[in-house]
Amino acid sequence: MEHYNMNLTLKVWRQPNKTSDGKFETYQVKNISSEMSFLEMFDVLNEQLVMEGRDPIAFDHDCREGICGMCSMFINGRPHGPWHATTTCQLHMRAFKDGDTIVVEPWRANGFPVIKDLVTDRTSFDRIIQAGGFISVNTGNAVDGNAIPIEKDHADASFAAAACIACGACVAACKNASASLFLSAKVAHLGLLPQGYPEKKNRVLSMVSQMDKEGFGSCTFTGACEAVCPKEISITNISRMHKDYLFAGLSSEK
Amino acid sequence: MKWSHFFTSAVGRKIVMALTGLFLISFLIVHVGLNSCIFNDLPYFDHNDNGSMFNRAAHFMGASLVIRIMEIGLLAGILLHIIQGYAVEVKNRSMRSKGYQVNLGSRGSTWMSRSMALLGTLVFLYLVIHVAQFWWPSRVSHDLEKVTYNGIEMHNLYLRMYEVFQHGWVVILYLVGVAALGFHLLHGFHSAFRSIGVHNKKYLFMLKSLGYGFSIVVCLLFALMPVSMYLNWVSPFN
Repeated sequence: MEHYNMNLTLKVWRQPNKTSDGKFETYQVKNISSEMSFLEMFDVLNEQLVMEGRDPIAFDHDCREGICGMCSMFINGRPHGPWHATTTCQLHMRAFKDGDTIVVEPWRANGFPVIKDLVTDRTSFDRIIQAGGFISVNTGNAVDGNAIPIEKDHADASFAAAACIACGACVAACKNASASLFLSAKVAHLGLLPQGYPEKKNRVLSMVSQMDKEGFGSCTFTGACEAVCPKEISITNISRMHKDYLFAGLSSEK
Repeated sequence: MKWSHFFTSAVGRKIVMALTGLFLISFLIVHVGLNSCIFNDLPYFDHNDNGSMFNRAAHFMGASLVIRIMEIGLLAGILLHIIQGYAVEVKNRSMRSKGYQVNLGSRGSTWMSRSMALLGTLVFLYLVIHVAQFWWPSRVSHDLEKVTYNGIEMHNLYLRMYEVFQHGWVVILYLVGVAALGFHLLHGFHSAFRSIGVHNKKYLFMLKSLGYGFSIVVCLLFALMPVSMYLNWVSPFN
């Protein structure tokens, strides 16, 4: 692919802290290489801001290889930018051309309040996981991997759901700010395996209950979450979660 | 888990929407089937029918105690679907206090899936007019003309339909209402099954196809009713 440099106009959301009002600020960046990642372009901009004695833009990032789920930018109206099945850190500047204007916003959802600039507080996801997104195991020797037979289809579906990196793009894209795709991925990931089966009912009831407390909406099956998910988590997981919830709720003795 | 929480959680509310929606879909099958009796007056079938088949079918529905009791269930279903629908919409809209500068828009979702509340509101407004024009006079005020078949006197609901659909603006209003219903169903039919937990891709494909077919056929038949009366394809005076 041909290398080229570009000059860009960036409109970035700036907000000093959780309580203050934010606003968009416009920046110019020059000679950005098409080989750079989107976050590297932000590093260049931040160095420029530091050199000018201004406050650099706060944004979440960690692994920068698309597996940790920390990066979270809403780029030109789409979580993680224009590329399909790609996290912001894996988005490269060849997705843009010279002279483009790029609007960068934080995730917008009541469950993800903005802490500073583009950084949001996503601990609501941690609390949903703490409510039931685990399996209880006794410590001891590791069990032989082949000791428990697992149906191939279930293993595949579970592994596909386990790819969720909990970045929150599904919430950011959903018109209802619903966390259903994230929650359903965790429910499917654990519930489809024999190790997670015993706690299946309590898991879904507790996690849905926590999701309600955290301020996320209901799923209306528009499909926007699935379309923007960097890990291509299927929306059919949400139906599976609804089924689990229905059966668990009806058969629960509490 | 308490029942109250079961039905009011983010997932429970959608299960209620789905179950009441599917119940209303089953009502539509009966409604469109029965009303299609007006087409018996088409020259292709029996041009001298003049609505007798439809009037007798409507009389059967009105005179049957079982159907009248089911009407109460239907009313409850409609009210629950409307009230819960608005509750879900208000709650969902409140989950993003600050919106985006650039919206995702139609990337990844259809317009009707994002507009179910708007479409539902249009259907509701249409329903109010529709009930006032037909259900109220035939079931409550009883101020319709009478007609007698085989010695049994009954309402001439067919004549009422014909009179109502002689006004062009009423026909247009009905077409808008039916179109809103059609788009509502295009998303609602398969989404209802997803909400109650159908996740098997084989069935989902089948249900989506069935939903599209159902929405198109039902709405086409409903749309043809005012049109065929306005254009005198069927009429009480052949």
